[in-house]
This record gives sequence, structure tokens and C-alpha cells, in this order.
Amino acid sequence: MTRTARRRTLKLTGTATAALLALSALSACSSSDSSSASSSPSASSSAKLSGTVTVFAAASLKESFTSLGKTFEAAYPGTKVTFNFGGSDTLAASITSGAPADVFASASAKTMAIVTDAKDAVGTPVTFVRNQLEIATLPGNPDKITSLKDLTKSGLKVVLCDKTVPCGAAAQKALTAGNLKLTPVSYEQDVKSALTKVELKEADAAVVYKTDVKAAGGKVDGVEFPESANAINEYPIALLKDAPNATAAKAFIALVESAEGKKVLTAAGFLNP
Amino acid sequence: MTEPVLVAGRKQPRQRRRSPVPLPLLLPALLGMAFLVLPLAGLLIRTPWSELPHQLTSPGVWQALRLSLIAATCATAVCLVLGVPLAWLLARTEFPGRGLVRALVTLPLVLPPVVGGVALLLALGRNGIVGRWLDEAFGVTLPFTTAGVVVAEAFVAMPFLVISVEGTLRAADPRYEEAAMTLGASRFTAFRRVTLPLIAPGIAAGSVLAWARALGEFGATITFAGNFPGRTQTMPLAVYLALQSDPAAAIALSLVLLLVSIAVLAGLRDRWMTAP
Amino acid sequence: MTGPAGPTGPTGLDAHLIVERGDAFRLDVRLTAAPGEVVALLGPNGAGKTTALRALAGLTPLTGGHLVLDGLSLDGTPPENRPVGVVFQDYLLFPHLSALDNIAFGPRCHGVPKDRARAEAAGWLKRMGLDDHADAKPRKLSGGQAQRVALARALATHPRLLLLDEPLAALDARTRLDVRAQLRRHLADFEAVAVLVTHDPLDAMVLADRLVVIEDGRTVQEGAPADIARHPRTDYIAQLVGLNLYRGEAVGHTVRIAGGGPEITAADALTGPAFAAFPPSAVTLHRDRPTGSSARNLWSAEVAGLESHGDQIRVSLSGELPLAADLTTAATAELGLHPGAPVWATVKAAQVRAYPA
Repeated sequence: MTRTARRRTLKLTGTATAALLALSALSACSSSDSSSASSSPSASSSAKLSGTVTVFAAASLKESFTSLGKTFEAAYPGTKVTFNFGGSDTLAASITSGAPADVFASASAKTMAIVTDAKDAVGTPVTFVRNQLEIATLPGNPDKITSLKDLTKSGLKVVLCDKTVPCGAAAQKALTAGNLKLTPVSYEQDVKSALTKVELKEADAAVVYKTDVKAAGGKVDGVEFPESANAINEYPIALLKDAPNATAAKAFIALVESAEGKKVLTAAGFLNP
Repeated sequence: MTEPVLVAGRKQPRQRRRSPVPLPLLLPALLGMAFLVLPLAGLLIRTPWSELPHQLTSPGVWQALRLSLIAATCATAVCLVLGVPLAWLLARTEFPGRGLVRALVTLPLVLPPVVGGVALLLALGRNGIVGRWLDEAFGVTLPFTTAGVVVAEAFVAMPFLVISVEGTLRAADPRYEEAAMTLGASRFTAFRRVTLPLIAPGIAAGSVLAWARALGEFGATITFAGNFPGRTQTMPLAVYLALQSDPAAAIALSLVLLLVSIAVLAGLRDRWMTAP
Repeated sequence: MTGPAGPTGPTGLDAHLIVERGDAFRLDVRLTAAPGEVVALLGPNGAGKTTALRALAGLTPLTGGHLVLDGLSLDGTPPENRPVGVVFQDYLLFPHLSALDNIAFGPRCHGVPKDRARAEAAGWLKRMGLDDHADAKPRKLSGGQAQRVALARALATHPRLLLLDEPLAALDARTRLDVRAQLRRHLADFEAVAVLVTHDPLDAMVLADRLVVIEDGRTVQEGAPADIARHPRTDYIAQLVGLNLYRGEAVGHTVRIAGGGPEITAADALTGPAFAAFPPSAVTLHRDRPTGSSARNLWSAEVAGLESHGDQIRVSLSGELPLAADLTTAATAELGLHPGAPVWATVKAAQVRAYPA
């Protein structure tokens, strides 16, 4: 290649790269503009609902919300409810990063605040249930755990949720209330992971929700403890601002708050708000 | 610029040879470059430079980094000790089921890391098929320990090393080993003094790949070893958890990991990747 | 080290090598050699010479037969335990070691401490005239230098059997001359048995005390190089030494070629199965049938091909008796020879040798 031709190619490459970097810098500096199609509000409640409702919900709501989802689909043929269960903090972060969802039900006011602070929710979130902590032990409770203090016994492998997760934050509150210092072997990223560790017999005990102990059936034994009363989590639910299917979403939220919804949730072990 | 050139007795101006990079190749290449550079650029541009010093003084950062580096290096060592003989077996010997073994070796490559983590729990966990015996006989459990981190990372990184070394072994001339044997070297001595030096570049390349893979492992680590600062919380875990609550911290951690990785890979490349 | 000889003292090599490779190939060769002897295995490609060498080295297992060196049976012994040294065709010098360390490799494998091994290696390099190249890596050595290092490497372990696989094949013509002469001197100094594999008859003639010619896995002839050259028993050897060779039935001075071929009158008289041979230079070609010539042997033939052979032209002839004739360029031009041209070939009976088959 002659000098001129080479220079030309280099210039072209350089310009292109610079342009791409500049573009990215520009978009970084500019404020994020959320452009979305807002769905038209429907007036009558007996309007035909259809489409998919995407619900982001805390892991502890898995069993009860799945069953409510089926109820919803049966009541409104033509609809489909898809769930994304996980740690409330992870879900909140996804929503504020732009994940498409209709409804958000979190396990603590703090994690809901992440979404409302970012102005991604519509209206005020409503607390629909509360959840209380319980200790999950190996079936038969071989380590004879009867209180929160027993978890601090040396040699015991205890698993907690990470502090950033509502379950973990509540556990810390309970420990402080009981004036206890507990060093777990692991801080799990959501409550179901913590429960699974006990189900797999890798850990001797975990601090999870009453609802999780109930859902696990015979795989774990539950031990209630008084300090849990100091650390009850309130579960808010909210319609999201950029919900692709706001009409059906509102109907789902209504179902959750209805008497029927409450029946399912209470049966799972949740406390009334 | 143009020089007269004697062509068949007549003077002719020399043609300026134009050979620019063809556009159908240049454009995708630039896109490819941008595709790889853009996320890194995003990281650099969005780094909260003013907050960086504060983030970097947090003990959690250096704890996680130290653990990550130590675990990745130990995992690579495990891969070397177990993987090089395995590669030799696959490349130099014939045994029934060799094809199956080779396929199994590449399994961790396609297995989702979390699945790998679950499998490790079922095998080496406190209640696992082998782990149970380890616990009863030696009181040793791997989950929730740094050793568990090393095991999880070695599991996902091993295929990189074995495949790289097996490839190099196949390309190496086995007659050198024959020559060594005629000089009095046993098969193992021939391997040690002749084959190993010959395949050293392949081993180095495989080790670098394995180390990089081990450093970045997340799913298997968090599933098998759990998450505890200083003991099992590697950098990728720390970044993931920080992302939920403190994105600025997550970015700072990512930057540190990125810089450390670049430094190590650049340093290694010069010394080990060039042929003797 | 393997210096002292086996239990019965230095008795040399006594081998019957049988190697079977599926149904395709079977090697069955007997090889004996006294200490100090150089035996050359000569044969065309695929004859089994390399297989024989590998069997002697222990790199290929014997399917049958025996292998006894200095009274010690080596059959079943792995190569690293045999007192055998090998110089490979492409030398196979270890690329990551210097010339010195290559030579020291063998002694170190036998337990000699590093310093002493390196000192011995330095001695070998001096003997080979390569002390300037002690630290050179193999890729920096010329072909001839590499060959000498390979030889020194094999000799450094004091083997009782030295095997050389086409030792000069990788060299260019000019280097080959010098290296052949040097190799001859080294082999003359070597006290134990040396077996050399080659397809070049000149190498065999110059370097070996005895030739063993192998074709298709079998020995077809063995003896001193000069004897074989004078009395070849197969086409391959005849071609190698440059003779026209025929097999037939002799009655007195006449040999009737097998398969109902013509008769050849030879200088020697004998009866029974016989070979008849004459060099291409003994053939005279005529355009017309000669009359009144003293030559007893006269055949009509057709020119099949012409090629230069040294400073002469070798003419291949087909006909009732296929043969090769050497003519000067002038003679070829004079006769107007071209492929397909009809000629008459004559050979004086005095120049035809006959010997028992």
C-alpha cells in the first residue's frame, strides 16, 4: 500500500472509532429519555382482558403468586401471566434499568423505594401482605435448635440472606433485637437459595420466611423465634409506569388484593397487612 | 512521486498501486472492534471518578480481589497437575472409550455454570456421593470454604487447559520421545525432559485461558461455595451483589478487576507466548 | 553404562527378525554380525529395512524370531534398556537443547552426574570437530554438523549395537562426499556392531563390510559388496549396480532365458538354473542387421527411451530381450535414435557372465 493510501485507511479507521466513542459518550452525558408507548386506559372493569401480564415478584411469593396466576388466567381466558421471581433488590435494579414489566411485588418497602424513587411506578404502592421470619432446620431438627440464640452455636453451618436482600435485612434486624452476633457460612442472594442449601443438607439451618418453611413441606423443619416480631417485612405491590399491558396488570393487582387473593396468601403463611 | 520505468524499451510512468482494505471486510471489522471496545468504553466513561478513591479504600474491595487472584491461581495449578497428564493420555494412548472421555472433558464448557455448581454440590457437597465420605473420614467439607471456590473454578477452567495441551501434543512429533527412549530414557523421563519443554508454549497458552476463566467464574462459585466476604466472595460475586445496592461500588470493583486482568494478561503474553 | 559386553562377552549380533503387520506385510530376515563389523541393509522403499531397524531398536515389537546381542536376549526388552544407539534419518536432535546437552542427554539418563556428562559430551564434540558449536541449538547447525551431533549423541552411551537410518539421505551431494568419508572413519573406530540402512548403493559399498539386500521383507542376497555387485541375483540389485540381468536355464555356454525367451551365449559354462549378466556398456547397436560379425549374441529391438547417464546416453530397449545400452552422444546422433526406432543389439559373449542361480 502506498503511503497515501495507508494514511487514508488509517484516517478512516480512526474517524470511525472516534465517531463511535463520541456517540457513546454523548448518550452517556445526555439524560436518559425513556420513550415508550403508553397504553390506553380502559374504563369498564368488565372489558375483555387479553395479552400477557409480566409480574416481577420477590422469591418468597413464588408458590402463592403462581397459583394466583393460574386463577387469573382461568378468570380471564386469553390472558397469560408470566413471572420473574428473584431477590427483590435484583428485580428492582432490573426495573430501573429498563426491564419491561407490568407489576412489581417486593419483599420490603426499601426495595420498592428503589423503583418509586426512580419514578418507575404509578401511584402509591399498596402493602398487601406481611411476612415473618422463621428458622429452617434439617428435617427432624437434629441440632435441637429452639431459639435464634441456638444458631450461634459453634460448629453449626447457618446460611443467611445477604443484607441487601429484604430477608437478609430483616434477619439482621432480628439479630440486633436479640443482641446476638451470628456469623453465617454464606450470604445468599435470595431467600430460595438459602432455603435450598438446607434442603440439600449443605447447611444445618437458614433464616428464611415462614412462607418458605411452609412451601418446603417435609424437606425442612421450622422453628419460630420471638425476635422475628421485630423484623416483619411489609410486601408492597405497584403498577409500573411503562407497563405494556396496564389494563390486565391492574386486574391482576386487584386479584391479589381481593379476598380470594388473601385466602391464597394467608394459606401460604403470609400475615395480613 | 512517479518515476519513469523502463518497460519494453519505452519509458512509462510507474503506476501508483492502490490496495486499500476492501470495504466488505473493513466495515464488519470496525463493527467487531466497536462491539468489543464499546462495553469497556462504557465502563470507563461511567466510572464515578470522583468517588473512586473512597470506593477503593473500602476493605471489601481488596479482600475480594486478593481472594479472586489467589483462588484463580490455585485453580490453574490444580488444572495443570490434573489436566496435563489427562491431555497426554488422550493424545498419546489408545484406550476403549477415549472418544467418550474427550467429550466429557469438554462438558464443563457447555454446561451452564450454575448447573455445574449444583452438580458439584451433589458430588462433593456435605451430603454428596463423594463429599459424604470426605466429611465422615476426614471431617473435610468443601462448600462454604475457599477450597470450594478453587474446586468450582478448576471445574469450569479445566477444559480450556486440557484441550489446549492435547492439541499441542498432537502436533508435537512423537518421534522425539522415541529418540529419547533409544538414549535410555524411560517413558516418563522422556515426557519430563523432552515432551514437556516442547509443548511448553501450549501449556502456557492453556494456563492463561484457564486462569482468565477461573477469575471470571460466578455461577458455579456462588452455588457451590456460597458467598462470604474474605472467604468465598470473589470479585465477580462482589460486583454482582454491589450492583443491586450500590452501583457506584460495582463499577469501581469492575474497573479494578478489569485493570488487574489486563495487567496480568499483558505481562504473561510477552514472556510465555513467544516461541523460544 | 553399557560399556562391558553381555554375559558371553562381545559375541556380536544374532538376530532373526519376524515382524508381521496385519496381512499386508511380513518381515522375515536373519541378521548376524561380529563386533566391529558394519552391515548394510540395502533394499527398495517398502522392503522392510526401516521395520528391521526399529525391531532391532525395540521401537517395534517382534512377532517372532529372536534377538541376541553379545549373548544377551533383547527380545521383549524396552528400548530404554537396550544397549542400542540410533542415528535417525532426520537426526531428531532435541530442539530445546544445545548440541552439548543433546549429546549429554544419553549419559545423564544412565545416571551419570550432570557435570561429568557434559564434560564427556564436550569430548565428543571435540572429536567431531564441533567444539565451536557446543552451545548452538540444532536449528543453527548445518546438515553435516547436525549429522555429526546425532552420531555423537548415539555413541555417547557406548552402545553395543549402533543403528543408522539412511544417515546421508538428508544431505546435499557435496556434503555427502565429506560426511561419508568421516562416517567411514568413525565406523571403522567403532568396536561393536553397526547396522546401517540405506537405499544408496554407494553408501553401502563405501561404509559396509557386508551387505544384506532385502526385498519384500525377505533377504534376497547377502555378502561382500564387491561380490554382490559382480553377481547380482535380482533386478533391483542389477539396476542398482548397473547391469543387465536375466534368469534362465544354462546348458554349457548357452543360457535359455526363462519363459521361452531367446538364448544368450556367455563366457562361463555351467548347467542348471543360472543368471546371465552384462553391463550396458557391452552393448553395441546397429541400424541394420549386421552380417559377418563375431558377436554370438544378436537381437532385434526397439528404442523405448533415452536418458542421459553421466556423459553418455542410456538407451532402454524393448523387444525379444529387453535391455539397456550405453552409447556416446555422438553415436546416438549418428544412428538417429529416437523412441520407436528399430535397431539391432549385439553383445560379445566374452562380456556376458553366467553364474548359478
